[in-house]
Amino acid sequence: MPYPEELKRLIKVVESTRAERVEKKKHNVEVPFLSLDERHKILDYHPDFKEEGRREIKVGPSKGYRIAHEMCDLLEAKSRVNPADIDLSKIDYETDVLILGGGGAGTSAALLAQEQGAKVIVATKLRHGDANTMMAEGGIQAASKGHKDSPYYHYLDVLGGGHFKNVPELVETLVTEAPDVIKWLESLGCNFSKFPDGTLKTIHGGGTSRKRMHFAADITGAEMMRTVRDEARNRSNDITVIEFAPAVELILNDKGNCAGAVLYNMETEEYMVVKAKAVVMATGGSGRLHIQGFMTTNHYGATADGIVMGYRAGVKICFLHTVQYHPTGIVFPEQAEGILITEKFRGSGANLVNIDGQQFVNEREPRDVEAASIIKECIVNGKGVPTPTGKLGIWLDSPMIDTLSGEGTVEREFPGKFILYKRFGIDISKEPMLIYPTLHYQNGGLEFRNSGETSLPGLFIAGEVGGGIHGENRLMGNSLLDIMVYGRISGKNAAVYAKEKAQDGELTLEHVVKYNKECDDTGADEGRVAPMILPDYTDPRVRERQLTAHYVGTLR
Amino acid sequence: MSTTVEVKEAIEAKMIPIYIMGKKYDVPETLTIMKAMEYAGYKYIRGCGCRGGVCGACSTVYRKPGDYKIYSGLACQTVVEPEMYLTQLPFYPAMRATYNFYDITGEPEQVFGLYPELFRCVACNACTKICPMDVEVMDYIAALKRGDIKAAAEISFDCIQCGLCASRCMGELPQYHIAQLARRINGAYLTPRAEHLKTMVANIAAGRYAECLNKLKSMNEETLKKTYTAREMEPATAGEDWTPEESKCL
Repeated sequence: MPYPEELKRLIKVVESTRAERVEKKKHNVEVPFLSLDERHKILDYHPDFKEEGRREIKVGPSKGYRIAHEMCDLLEAKSRVNPADIDLSKIDYETDVLILGGGGAGTSAALLAQEQGAKVIVATKLRHGDANTMMAEGGIQAASKGHKDSPYYHYLDVLGGGHFKNVPELVETLVTEAPDVIKWLESLGCNFSKFPDGTLKTIHGGGTSRKRMHFAADITGAEMMRTVRDEARNRSNDITVIEFAPAVELILNDKGNCAGAVLYNMETEEYMVVKAKAVVMATGGSGRLHIQGFMTTNHYGATADGIVMGYRAGVKICFLHTVQYHPTGIVFPEQAEGILITEKFRGSGANLVNIDGQQFVNEREPRDVEAASIIKECIVNGKGVPTPTGKLGIWLDSPMIDTLSGEGTVEREFPGKFILYKRFGIDISKEPMLIYPTLHYQNGGLEFRNSGETSLPGLFIAGEVGGGIHGENRLMGNSLLDIMVYGRISGKNAAVYAKEKAQDGELTLEHVVKYNKECDDTGADEGRVAPMILPDYTDPRVRERQLTAHYVGTLR
Repeated sequence: MSTTVEVKEAIEAKMIPIYIMGKKYDVPETLTIMKAMEYAGYKYIRGCGCRGGVCGACSTVYRKPGDYKIYSGLACQTVVEPEMYLTQLPFYPAMRATYNFYDITGEPEQVFGLYPELFRCVACNACTKICPMDVEVMDYIAALKRGDIKAAAEISFDCIQCGLCASRCMGELPQYHIAQLARRINGAYLTPRAEHLKTMVANIAAGRYAECLNKLKSMNEETLKKTYTAREMEPATAGEDWTPEESKCL
């Protein structure tokens, strides 16, 4: 729906200060960046710092770690299926490398594993490519321009964004592999935005010291995903994709190695055993847990399944005490609530302004600082814009972009969002957008090394399911990078491991039996099961009438 | 656990009737088709992906009372209308040609060879009319028939590969697969490669930045913070040729 009259009146206030703000922008007069001390102070308003939002986890290898209740609920839970009911002597599929997850990380892993000569199975919960990768808009970081940038500056920016807590070797690999990832994607036919001579276009993102954000209009992730997916389809002799079949447990063998997974066919409700010489966990993130009740930008299947499976198999978790809220999610119109508005709008010159049309934060602070500033402006300073749905928002003044860079820029550079708003009767090249922070990224995850390996031999990690690269806060453009860097590394190393190191052995789910027992002994599970697989948005009143429906967790 | 935040806001809104596969349900008028189906009691396995309008999993076709026209939209993006009757098309079969991408050189004949059905297009425009992303599907097919792969790549750029075009095609073309091939050819062979990228990759491989990075890796947190705070910022309005004052780690 278009903006109602009361919002149109408030837009006039934004318009009244726009000319002056455009002039400032042209002359590089910006709201000063916060010092590290000031950043620290503003973060008190960040949801991560709400102590009542988390608790100590009672079971498993990271017992005692304080993380969000919603994540604890999944880790303090028993298996969906009784391990004794699964006949491990009946193997449904056998392969060299099993990849769990069909997003950007899983698909790039599949390609690199295949190039090592491995037979690959990709098991994915939804369709191949239905993943957060597809939704990433803004871009992918890489220090590709040697006259002004290098992996050194990229490294420094990553650490500053992550509060200097990142795992150094993971960051080093991320930034040094970055240009090669872009080159690889370019060779696969990914259409990055370029100048006519082939020079890649790059812009700033929050927390970057150099313009190193590469992009493909405003659908960078979708362009990358459809490119690597198309290539995987060309290699279907070696890469088998099983859709609508999420993994529910890892399988180990009696040598203590990871040796496969139990898949659940959501359509036929069968469980299937896959035996593999190596497994790559690439299941993505957890936005659909709606931590602290926040709306989310994430896709339907982002429910932390990989963390649950890996944790049960003994892999520790790290950095899950922080969760990333993207500063700019749509808060109105309601139909689009939670949907991400890429940082690129701010990188291209759009101001964030309050109900008085005034700026209150630099638009290129790291995401956590930006989100906390918006929350504070709305809740503490009382300068939020009230929406017809009873929420508060801040204006993202997109029409400035056309004023700064010429009419038609918004429509050309942000075609996806332009169409989305057009459907609601809003022209974002003329009217600003109403935004509020939205649950976006799982900063932490399973512990792993820069070879992709984990403490469990035969289990490799790629993408959002892993923790440590981004420390306590990820910068824009480093997750599309992370999935490709570590997807490629894990895919390759998993294939090499399968060829050279994997030992055959008897399959077992003993670790699941033990974990269930730990839940029983502590009573921590309170009857819950995990992984969640899909969130449940059934209206509670419908549920009351489903007298014979049987739910296991959130699944019917 | 409660993950019902998506629908609870809408419960107090005005209710309107919609017909899901012919069957009537009353739903709040503010919901998207996707949320309305969940509100009605459907639980998605297929037909739902990113919930953000880019993955192409939830394409939906519908009609309105007294209107001959077929409308289309993404269930996650389209707001319900009174009396609409709808069905989702979560999957539609379409033949995809398999090829070795490294054998492709960019001649239009290769596209014709992989997808000879291109020439079965009768220019009826049903594909463009059904496209929920407003892509000019028929125009990119026409461009390909002329051998203009670049134009096809550009026109098809917003395609989310939902398959609705293929479902309506008289010539039985798999438009979205052909467009994917066109975009990959454009990206890899019809657009100049980035020279600066090759140079950077070679420099990294030659170890040019190893010493600088090792220094960073061994810094204590305090020194790191100082180095971070002191780092030179490229101005927002700087042009392509901007260079920093400090160049020792370039």
